[in-house]
Amino acid sequence: MLSRDQVLHVARLARLELSEQEVERFAGELSNVLAHIETIAELGDLSEVPPTSHVTDVENTLRADEPRPSLPAEVALAGAPDAALGGFRVPSPGAS
Amino acid sequence: MIELTAAQAAAAIRAGELDAAEYFEHYRARAAADELNAYTWVADAAPAFDREAPLAGVPIAVKDLFCTEGVPSQAGSKILEGYRPPYTATSIARLRQAGAALLGKTNQDEFAMGSSTENSAYGPTLNPWDRTRVPGGSSGGSAAAVAAGIAPWAIGTDTGGSIRQPAALCGIVGLKPTYGAISRYGMIAFASSLDQAGPFTRDVTDAALALRAMAGRDACDQTSVGLREPVELPSAQDLKGIRLGVPRELTGEGIEPGVLAAFERTLELARSLGATVEPAQLPHAPHALAAYYLIAPAECSSNLARFDGVRYGFRAAGAPSLLDMYTHTREQGFGAEVKRRVMLGTYALSSGYYDAYYGRAQKVRTLIARDFDAAWRDFDFIVTPTAPGVAFELGAKTADPLAMYLNDFCTVPMSLAGIPAISIPNGLSDGLPVGFQIAGPAFSENRVLNAAHALERAIGFDGSEARR
Repeated sequence: MLSRDQVLHVARLARLELSEQEVERFAGELSNVLAHIETIAELGDLSEVPPTSHVTDVENTLRADEPRPSLPAEVALAGAPDAALGGFRVPSPGAS
Repeated sequence: MIELTAAQAAAAIRAGELDAAEYFEHYRARAAADELNAYTWVADAAPAFDREAPLAGVPIAVKDLFCTEGVPSQAGSKILEGYRPPYTATSIARLRQAGAALLGKTNQDEFAMGSSTENSAYGPTLNPWDRTRVPGGSSGGSAAAVAAGIAPWAIGTDTGGSIRQPAALCGIVGLKPTYGAISRYGMIAFASSLDQAGPFTRDVTDAALALRAMAGRDACDQTSVGLREPVELPSAQDLKGIRLGVPRELTGEGIEPGVLAAFERTLELARSLGATVEPAQLPHAPHALAAYYLIAPAECSSNLARFDGVRYGFRAAGAPSLLDMYTHTREQGFGAEVKRRVMLGTYALSSGYYDAYYGRAQKVRTLIARDFDAAWRDFDFIVTPTAPGVAFELGAKTADPLAMYLNDFCTVPMSLAGIPAISIPNGLSDGLPVGFQIAGPAFSENRVLNAAHALERAIGFDGSEARR
């Protein structure tokens, strides 16, 4: 069972600001899902089994390091919620 | 017009027997009058296309999460509300080069996380067979649109079953190709080691046609490898010499009786077409769901870090500091299921839990891939029901995430192994469609499509009831 503190800790890591209601709800729901997930412990010792992070056997696919045209700045900025002076404007990191 | 498959329509247009503009407008009007909430955007006119191209202007619907230049691409999420990307996904660009015309964007579970399309910020999609039921998910809009005849065919993505399960629940064909067959460039990412694009179609021939247009290596996606041989249009009439393996682990407990009955009938048909049907073993398959629900959330928690209100989409108003802006934007922009998975993934990757959860899940993934490798020594294909049940009622599983996740029980093992699998409709249970899944070794698409084609002819499924 996930505690309230664990839920808040994970939410902080994930940059989520949860409501009181959500904290309670996720503690219960995630505990149920984790109970199922923990059935992989039944498989016992897997120290000899290599992990699979990717199913294809391609490695270090490289292309020629040649300059190519990229998106013009104004196009890249077009979807931004707050573009200014050719960049993305955000609130000050220092303000509180 | 709506009874034509995409292949038939393309042939008729090229032969001058069908007017492409009229055909597009016919579908455009039907899509604009969509009552299923299958579409999130519909084209207002036919785009330019090449009549001589193989797909000759045949309209196609595309899941919302594919970036399409200048066209809303919101991945079913409020956090991307109004986002119109400056570029087009490679797979969709390839379809267009082959002559296909973008008809609309289709509804989906937010960021493809879900099995019912109820997790969309833009409302649920309804199943055309019964509007009180879900179409499956996450590509439910694409599946419902094709089943209802408001698109000739459509494109979706499959991470753990998001093409195959909705195809089954809507009575159409859904193909998940081998991982890497189709470029992921421009697909808004959920779980990068699993995500794969694929088609929803009326029949297996159309699936082959779409795959042919989309597959190929792409310099913009380092994991794309394409296929090893050209895609052939399927022609098999029988299954002589084909060895089908039925894994007991995926065909027993938890599968509805009506689904199992349809499965058994299809196995009987396969025998009558010349196939042998024997029990197979995938001993680690029962653990696939647990491994999947660690790996996919872990990858999504990383992929979705980019949604922070800075570069595109939604930003929460009034946050006093940068950190508050991030957390408020994500709190208001993400729906409950996305938050749940981001939390689960973050937890699985967090210090002290990594080895027991994520690290272990990756090892289970190896064991599952080895199970399939061993099965290919005795079998050409592994077959299972696609989904454990028929389409369920709206709201039936939204309160219980684990019950929702169990919909993916028969489809996640193939996703973890990266192998191709197709779902074809194989009958009705209580008046609702059931799907039959055929999985083959990596890059065996031509053989999978041929087997599916032979079975499809023998089954003779009639989906016209849903097209009204």
